[in-house]
Amino acid sequence: MPAATATASAATDAPGPVTPIVEFSKDQDLSAYKTMLTIRRFEEKAGQLYGMGLIGGFCHLYIGQEAVVVGMQMALKDGDQVITGYRDHGHMIACGMEAKGVMAELTGRTHGYSKGKGGSMHMFSKEKGFFGGHGIVGAQVPLGTGLAFANRYRGNDNVSVAYFGDGAANQGQVYESFNMAELWKLPVIYVIENNRYAMGTSSTRSSAETNLSRRGVSFKIPGEQVDGMDVRAVKAAGDKAVAWCRAGKGPYILEMLTYRYRGHSMSDPAKYRTREEVDKVRTTHDPIDMVRHRIVEKKFASEDELKKIDGSVRDYINDAAEFATHDPEPDVSELYTDIYR
Amino acid sequence: MPEITYRDAVIRGIAQEMARDNDVVFLGEDVAKAGGVFKATVGLYEQFGPLRVRDTPISEQAILGAAMGAAMTGLKPIAEIMFSDFFAVCFDYIANEFPKSRYMSNGQTKCPLVVRTGNGAGSRFGAQHSQSVENWCMMIPGLKVVAPSSPVDVIGLLAAAVRDPDPVIFLEHKSLYATKGEVPDGEIVDRLGTAKIVRPGRDATILALALMVPRAVEAAERLKAEHGIDCEVIDVRSLVPLDTQTILASVAKTHRLFTVEENPRLCGWGAEIVSIVADEAFYDLDGPPVRITTPHIPLPAADILEDMVLPTAERIVETVRRSLQS
Repeated sequence: MPAATATASAATDAPGPVTPIVEFSKDQDLSAYKTMLTIRRFEEKAGQLYGMGLIGGFCHLYIGQEAVVVGMQMALKDGDQVITGYRDHGHMIACGMEAKGVMAELTGRTHGYSKGKGGSMHMFSKEKGFFGGHGIVGAQVPLGTGLAFANRYRGNDNVSVAYFGDGAANQGQVYESFNMAELWKLPVIYVIENNRYAMGTSSTRSSAETNLSRRGVSFKIPGEQVDGMDVRAVKAAGDKAVAWCRAGKGPYILEMLTYRYRGHSMSDPAKYRTREEVDKVRTTHDPIDMVRHRIVEKKFASEDELKKIDGSVRDYINDAAEFATHDPEPDVSELYTDIYR
Repeated sequence: MPEITYRDAVIRGIAQEMARDNDVVFLGEDVAKAGGVFKATVGLYEQFGPLRVRDTPISEQAILGAAMGAAMTGLKPIAEIMFSDFFAVCFDYIANEFPKSRYMSNGQTKCPLVVRTGNGAGSRFGAQHSQSVENWCMMIPGLKVVAPSSPVDVIGLLAAAVRDPDPVIFLEHKSLYATKGEVPDGEIVDRLGTAKIVRPGRDATILALALMVPRAVEAAERLKAEHGIDCEVIDVRSLVPLDTQTILASVAKTHRLFTVEENPRLCGWGAEIVSIVADEAFYDLDGPPVRITTPHIPLPAADILEDMVLPTAERIVETVRRSLQS
């Protein structure tokens, strides 16, 4: 038995392909910095409003994971589609949806993206290629596969990106999708955001194979692990996966190694991990700090210029919060719109 | 008028819509090269090709999920789930995804798809391949639910379902596939939410669905011939939208209501209709509404047992006679 165990763990630990990092241009670094910061400030503000009782229900914050969605979005083009689960605020902002519309949905107001009928986990913008915002863990994976099917059916070269977490990676419909996507060579990128915790259970305690990039092996889907805290690494891997899909070679799996700083939701004090663990990632591998340091080091912008960006982001988010807390609540007649009855 | 089978009507209905609209795509298990386990999709693969008529892996969640993903972009998929019992395997899509997307997205992502499925008993398949699950679907806001009983209705209602902007669950009855009916030539398009009076009568209203319709008609003929009771039989056809107008008008005329349901008794569709009639037409009734259903048990496989639990013409005759003569 020891021999078999050794072989198995050797296979598990075998490094997969790693796409080399490509340095960002000044514009790319500044743009990534601004979008990631916008997401972080948005989420901090959402957390505050939640604490003040202005946001109810669920609220899953994306703080710590910003580089994943921002890097991937930089690899996409118009007409590509994005779909994700319930931790979706960052994805919407990265897709170009307005912060005030997202925040107003969180506060349940008239000008929320779903007029208050969706809430934190259920928002959409077809115009921006964002197909939700889905509350059931893993349910979006077959849907993202279907978006890719539609692209293939129409004969365009668009791709879809289906995001899900390390927790969702243990749901069955994910593997039905993997098989169908490879069988039909569908242009879908499965981005597994491995933030190390499936709600309150660490991936080592919830996954037999913790290298999730290998989850497509038996379906012949290539996969790789990516430093999901480094937006350049995400963009480079995203470029590779997008090229693979656009060339008609079928799906691709990217496992983004990332970290969620906050609890699973607002009601989670995250007692399953130590304060030190969180602090270590924050201080040594924060996705936004890393870009900021690089920008300063390469003299892409001065401290003053960065402060100006920080200020404009703060204003943008404050405006969104102001809007979302003063926008009227939806008219009750909205209860009966957009539904057959 | 030419007669065709219910099975061939399914083929004709799908073909009619696929020929008309390039956005209609058809997928399911064994539906293409094999022509369907009930042979209700024979020839579609040959006619429309492998891009539009697709055999899938045995993966019900991926089938419905992929259909919905495609539908969100504007395609109009027809997805087949071989047996309606398998809805339980992919119920997340039926209950949580299809019916909510339009509402939750401020109308941005509609879900214009049709799920066709083989529903109902009579083939001795046992408890996991024989259920009538229309009530599972009827209870979910946002779904439309249709169950035709005749070949002409199969074509017309399928066309209406495909052209409808909302998700439609289309329940084909397995024991009706071999039955025949008259179907006119040319395009046939019906309307969802319309019941059909299949036999007019004065003394009692009998509501039935799918396989129960021919049984209710047979019972009505016998009630007339043997007992002088003249029943109006209504084929409900569409549970959502429900044609309450036709039902209430009939009750106002006959003053008695019977439902013949293949689904198990608790929370069957008849209970809902009885409740509506009690609310809106209580004083039209001359006696308590009566539900004739399958008992609340799993379906058995043996011939004698399965035959015993499904409502039969005999049981309908006896129930109506006793109620009206008591």
